[in-house]
Amino acid sequence: MAFSNPISNLFGKSPILPLQDHMSLVVRCATQLEPFFEAAIADNWPQATNIFNQIVEYENKADELKKDFRLNMPNSLFMPVPRGDLLSILAQQDEIANTTKDVCGIVLGREMDIPTALQTDFMGFVQSAIETCQKALTAINELDELLETGFTGQEVKFVKKLIRELDAQEQKVDKKELKLRHRLFKLEADMPPVDVMFLYSTIDNIGAIADTAERVGNSLELLLAK
Amino acid sequence: MELFTEHGTILIIMAAMFGFFMAWGVGANDVANAMGTSVGSKALTIKQAILIAMVFEFAGAYLAGGEVTSTIRKGIVDSGVFTNQPDLLVFGMLSALLAAGTWLAIASFMGWPVSTTHSIVGAIVGFAAVGVSYDAVNWSKVSTIVASWVVSPVMAGTISFAIFRSVQRLILIQDNPFERAKKYAPMYMFAVGFLMAMVTLLKGLKHVFKDIGIKLSFGENALVAVGFGILVTIIGTYLLSKVERDESKEEGNRFYNVEKVFAVLMIFTACSMAFAHGSNDVANAVGPLAAVVNVVNAGGDIAAKSSMPSWILLLGGGGIVVGLATYGFKVMGTIGRKITELTPSRGFAAELGAAATVVLASGTGLPISTTHTLVGAVLGVGMARGIGALNLRMVGSIFLSWVVTLPAGAALSILFFFFFKGVFGS
Repeated sequence: MAFSNPISNLFGKSPILPLQDHMSLVVRCATQLEPFFEAAIADNWPQATNIFNQIVEYENKADELKKDFRLNMPNSLFMPVPRGDLLSILAQQDEIANTTKDVCGIVLGREMDIPTALQTDFMGFVQSAIETCQKALTAINELDELLETGFTGQEVKFVKKLIRELDAQEQKVDKKELKLRHRLFKLEADMPPVDVMFLYSTIDNIGAIADTAERVGNSLELLLAK
Repeated sequence: MELFTEHGTILIIMAAMFGFFMAWGVGANDVANAMGTSVGSKALTIKQAILIAMVFEFAGAYLAGGEVTSTIRKGIVDSGVFTNQPDLLVFGMLSALLAAGTWLAIASFMGWPVSTTHSIVGAIVGFAAVGVSYDAVNWSKVSTIVASWVVSPVMAGTISFAIFRSVQRLILIQDNPFERAKKYAPMYMFAVGFLMAMVTLLKGLKHVFKDIGIKLSFGENALVAVGFGILVTIIGTYLLSKVERDESKEEGNRFYNVEKVFAVLMIFTACSMAFAHGSNDVANAVGPLAAVVNVVNAGGDIAAKSSMPSWILLLGGGGIVVGLATYGFKVMGTIGRKITELTPSRGFAAELGAAATVVLASGTGLPISTTHTLVGAVLGVGMARGIGALNLRMVGSIFLSWVVTLPAGAALSILFFFFFKGVFGS
């Protein structure tokens, strides 16, 4: 007998958990930036290649999750949050993984040399950017609790606090980026110009990863406002 | 009448078979819908759900199902028209049972979300209006019934919206939801017990009390219902006292323990859901059967006052149990696996909203669709931003099934009516 049941068909697949799974994969991908740059600074390129392959794998998996997510979001779904907002959060999350892959791809391809004088600051900058992503994940992980409370009350206050922390973290990254660029500016005259150009762009892109993580938090805040 | 002395037994046996078939269908499909939310939210296992369904469906049918049964039996048709042709009423009710049963089988096979209630009402209206005469249908009653089909899901949705909002206000948005849940859960339990007892006393047991010479005033009824509500609350409080807070589980989901409290509450709403379903839907199978048996036993005297033989109710209850045991548990399992997103706090609000609506309808004798009412209740919780994703396409297919079920049930019933008339009629 064919099975179609009004009660079970009424329930769609909740988008919350898949969105959280996607974000946790994306952040795992971005976290690889730290060991990757450690290997790059140590001039250990085989190790860097291994880590890059891992990053590519995470990024591909995240892409698959993204496709699944979109396929499971027909127009006829009635959700406590607007469909468009969820899709834009998903796109922003995905961008974190994409940028991570791009940054590492160029560094690996050029076997990029990071000047010794910059190394400590550079690693601190990378760690801060990763931390921003992790804070965004913490906020996104509250989505199921938000749903449980129906987007009201204490939980909303709690998530707003998490988002404020995320914003503060991103500002820290901005400051570190500014400082790092300034120090690079001091060194650039003695470096090959093409290397300098790519180093600037790498710094930019890592800053962009933190920016995107902050935007994820801001989109989450939009969901609270409705 | 000659027909009834000659063929009376075979007519009753046929009606009993068709009625059992309908009851089987109710048990196989409808009960699973009513109980599936409890299984899906993991408040009950399938075995527990079936056990509760068996006991409370039966109780609901027996204690509070009288009004709906009498509507199906003699409210939809105008018995005055049949006084001189009781054979037509017997053929008609037989055809209606067979038509509704057949249509349900076809629809289940095709996977359409049809309602047992709509099938049987469509079938009865069909044979009476076309097979007998336009006047044979009590149109004012039928229009009330059809209106109740629109009102009931809306009402269930409104009630469950309000219940879920109150749960949010009182429990979920607070600093200490677990303590709040334990504090307020007994209040909801009392509401469940009081409501079920009140409707049963006012409507279902009215006749039973009259027979044994007891007459309670409204106040006395309310007092008994309060007593029953308190009894339910005491049982519930005992069960709640066994719910321990497991803080290690709160890391991943801070509401893990709160939901455990609601899971206890859901045992009670599941009972009330089964009770409400029994009070409304068993009539679909039992009503036409009772009509046939009454007419045949009275030798064709429609006006004869007769109470419903208890074996009819047993047959209806038995059919449901067999339906549950043979097929319903499978449906319940599938529903349970598919609606994992429903947590006990939501399932409880939806079930209570639906059960309250259905049992109130039963009290007023209106046959409504439990499934559609439950769909309305779930949408109500969704409106309160409580459910991750609801598929609105379902609402459309329910409307479509309405548009198809009424004429389909009617057409089949007309077909069978002329067939029976040809075989048994003079």
